[in-house]
Amino acid sequence: MTDHSNTPRTAPQTLPRASATFDDYTLSEIRRAAATGIYDIRGGGAKRRVPHFDDLLFLGASMSRYPLEGYREKCSTEVLLGTRFAKKPIQLKIPITIAGMSFGSLSANAKEALGRGASAMGTSTTTGDGGMTNEERGHSTQLVYQYLPSRYGMNPDDLKRADAIEVVVGQGAKPGGGGMLLGQKITERVAGMRTLPVGIDQRSACRHPDWTGPDDLEIKIEELREITDWEKPIYVKVGAARPYYDTALAVKSGADVVVVDGMQGGTAATQEIFIEHVGIPTLAAVRQAVKALQDLGMHRKVQLIVSGGIRNGADVAKALALGADAVAIGTAALVALGDNDPHYAAEYAALGTRPGAYDDWHEGRDPAGITTQDPELMKRLDPIAAGRRLANYLAVLTLECQTIARACGKSHVHNLEPEDLVALTIEAAAMANVPLAGTDWIPGRNGGF
Amino acid sequence: MNLSVQTAPATDGETRVDLATTPLRELNGALHKLAADTNQTLWTIANPAGRHAIAAGLDAPITVEIDGPVGYYCAGMNKKARVIVHGNAGVGVAENMMSGLIHVKGDASQAAGATAHGGLLIIDGNASARCGISMKGIDIVVKGSIGHMSAFMAQAGTLTVLGDAGEALGDSLYEAKLFVRGSVASLGADCIEKEMREEHKALLASKLEAAGLLGEVDIAEFRRYGSARTLYHFHVDNVSSY
Repeated sequence: MTDHSNTPRTAPQTLPRASATFDDYTLSEIRRAAATGIYDIRGGGAKRRVPHFDDLLFLGASMSRYPLEGYREKCSTEVLLGTRFAKKPIQLKIPITIAGMSFGSLSANAKEALGRGASAMGTSTTTGDGGMTNEERGHSTQLVYQYLPSRYGMNPDDLKRADAIEVVVGQGAKPGGGGMLLGQKITERVAGMRTLPVGIDQRSACRHPDWTGPDDLEIKIEELREITDWEKPIYVKVGAARPYYDTALAVKSGADVVVVDGMQGGTAATQEIFIEHVGIPTLAAVRQAVKALQDLGMHRKVQLIVSGGIRNGADVAKALALGADAVAIGTAALVALGDNDPHYAAEYAALGTRPGAYDDWHEGRDPAGITTQDPELMKRLDPIAAGRRLANYLAVLTLECQTIARACGKSHVHNLEPEDLVALTIEAAAMANVPLAGTDWIPGRNGGF
Repeated sequence: MNLSVQTAPATDGETRVDLATTPLRELNGALHKLAADTNQTLWTIANPAGRHAIAAGLDAPITVEIDGPVGYYCAGMNKKARVIVHGNAGVGVAENMMSGLIHVKGDASQAAGATAHGGLLIIDGNASARCGISMKGIDIVVKGSIGHMSAFMAQAGTLTVLGDAGEALGDSLYEAKLFVRGSVASLGADCIEKEMREEHKALLASKLEAAGLLGEVDIAEFRRYGSARTLYHFHVDNVSSY
């Protein structure tokens, strides 16, 4: 007798379904937290997808715009920083600078390589928490000296031999946060420069010890100018949080240059939750910072440097088109040196990670010899060869930026403008204040910033 | 000297500057140009009127006498010079000093001696909050009392207080040594009272002597405070301390 019931012998099952909310990474983090009782610390910037320069496109030349000839017609790239008050502004040959990264978080060879590469291309490097080393001063023709809350290694001699001073209020990876350099990287030399015992976990303060707020900062900047006889350009660096007001207040405080660092900007070591959830994307910050300068009548008088997630010449060109005077790179510069290189795949695997994902820079075990103080690992980085790679990379960024600028008919990269841009997404259109591609719609054009 | 207003010529080794008529920039610029072997070794500054950054960035073995109150960052980042303030000092007097002597005859505002690496700071009166914050080797002697959060994250050097200390003294202290004669409102995280051994008494005596106080106060009246060093390595068990 035939069984006509609808019941299969084995009931079909639905496929295993992972939660979009509780994805594999999230589950692994919950397990890690449960096992250790401590938050995850890592280096780098935000890894999540956020609106970025990829969401913008250049229009290029057309019937109403004519382009400049590639390889023939001049497209200038030089930048002058510090023209507001400084007697000796910095002149860069390219609009790309190297962001602040400390000796301590980076090896001496890495710092030397940054100096060599940047100097070869006529641009500046920047110190970091922990003071200035003779190597980086020696290998950087133009060196920006960071003035940080910890004041580790701060001294007037280095202040006077710097080419510019950058007062660090915050950074994009952690606006409002300090830092922690773990003991593995506090070698005798690093500890000596920071006046700390060897091997301790060293805390970097989150706010300056002797000033609070823009009124005080104005007086602090006056002091720095007096000490250096008003020669040095003074930058103020902020993490992208409230860029309109922060930029305006930096100008009010007397800055020559404002540096705005978006959440994709890297850090040597910070809590993962901080990196991913505090601060705003670079794209969202640029226009607000430019607007503040324009509203104050200070655009191009106080220069704007933008950082956080700059990877190629298109990113550079887009930042400039939105109104920045220059960009700074950190993570990309380290990659150019050799960070996260597949050559060390087996060693990254031994550390439980893989090339491209290694971010435990604070642990000092970097196989590439960059984010370490281990003498043996350090030796792996040839500062001359790494410096050459950085110079090559900077050259490519510059050529790419010029290529786009010429296509837009610009004889100087600073002539790029928002009119050259459209957005691929509504979010990017709103953030950058440029039309959604194929429309003349700029979301929020008449409201807010 | 080519100062725009000078009440007395520099023939006697003394240079007098009136800040009521001489721009601060001109004064500081002149002070910065002094060579290590200058014979202009005594400068007197009239009418400071609370101006900021007076005598900041000095790098010569000179004496600067300031007749009146000064604003923020007086003698900031000083090297080698002796700066005497005959009045009160604003925020951050002697900040980041490397060497030399700064003597405030009156009271000092917040962050006196902040982040300073060396030299001696003497404050005859009281010092406000965060005295010696993040100090990195300076010796500070306060004849009066100090405010809250003093010696916060202090790394090296000594802080000697003849009066009382406010709340959270030495919070997150590293290796700086604190001596307080009076009361301490409270100790900050990881700051503890420590035994006053002979070497500490000798150290304290040397600082008091440098400040001209040896024999004027009883060393036995002081108590020593330092780091328990429990926060030197980040550990989850210490989170309640942060």
